[in-house]
Amino acid sequence: MAVSKDDLMVHIKEEWCKGCGICIAYCPKKVLGFNEHGKVSMLDRDNCIKCGMCEMRCPDFAIFLGGKENV
Amino acid sequence: MNNPLVENYFRMDKLPHIWCPGCGHGIIMSAIARAIEKSGLDKDKVCIVSGIGCSSRAPGYMDFNTLHTTHGRALAFATGVKLANPELEVIVIAGDGDLSAIGGNHLIHAARRNINLTTICFNNNIYGMTGGQYSPTTATGDKGTTAPYGNIDRPFDITQLAAGAGATYAAKATVYHVNQLQKYIEAAIDHKGFSMVEAVSVCPTYYGRKNKKGSAVDMMNWLKDSFVDMKIAEKMPEKAVGKFIMGEYVNKVEPEYTELYDQVIERLKR
Repeated sequence: MAVSKDDLMVHIKEEWCKGCGICIAYCPKKVLGFNEHGKVSMLDRDNCIKCGMCEMRCPDFAIFLGGKENV
Repeated sequence: MNNPLVENYFRMDKLPHIWCPGCGHGIIMSAIARAIEKSGLDKDKVCIVSGIGCSSRAPGYMDFNTLHTTHGRALAFATGVKLANPELEVIVIAGDGDLSAIGGNHLIHAARRNINLTTICFNNNIYGMTGGQYSPTTATGDKGTTAPYGNIDRPFDITQLAAGAGATYAAKATVYHVNQLQKYIEAAIDHKGFSMVEAVSVCPTYYGRKNKKGSAVDMMNWLKDSFVDMKIAEKMPEKAVGKFIMGEYVNKVEPEYTELYDQVIERLKR
């Protein structure tokens, strides 16, 4: 059964992020950026289209689309 | 919360992995996990075998039956595993040097036998773990620590090498074209016979720095601009001029080695 995009959100596991910037570069809506530690951070959650491209290209499993209820 | 894919298919206590920031190997490793999930394979029926090198660290992180072997010999060990236990889905992870130089002999003979193994080549065009020596896939003129004035060798095309040696499935994609890469890995897992997917990776630390290729993102952009899909190249040859071709190079059916082996046993039992 397909999960509705409304039930999903981008999760970030900052301690696994190595700050390569790949997810930020290929985000089609440019909603990601670096935080003050040089790690990825969600800047504009409202405009995230939950396409999952960040998860597909993250080499470190540090960003992914997951269920909302488990935040 | 943790990523369910990672919780299901990886050894959480071994992560994060040791690969450098921006290394493409993590992208290939997650594509393999997603492909295995999509193929619906039982975790206990999957065996992942590797040799030595950056890429060969992968089975240490992946929660399957795993085997980390000697340099270049992953396919030799995998052949043994497959013959002893043909119902296992045996996946070999090998770097470009591991697979085509140290293990080049094993590659051509596994391909020639058409044994039902799935080989994923993590091709970063260099020996990363040992300090950036040039490998058989380093482009002519590019630098490595052992080629400080530029490499004079001609590079191997590993996909064509496997195809030429008799692989019945051979495909190539890059870590930029990750959807396509995952599709080919799924097809390679489903394929009966020797299958090889060359996953063109990026090594920003050694290859990138030595050759002034810029950041990981710059190198990913280079992949995006330098690779053209085979179907596009066939329809619009002008778009493929000076580009690398990715796609399914070979996909055919031929008698498979473990089945032929079983037939010999059955025949001699009579």
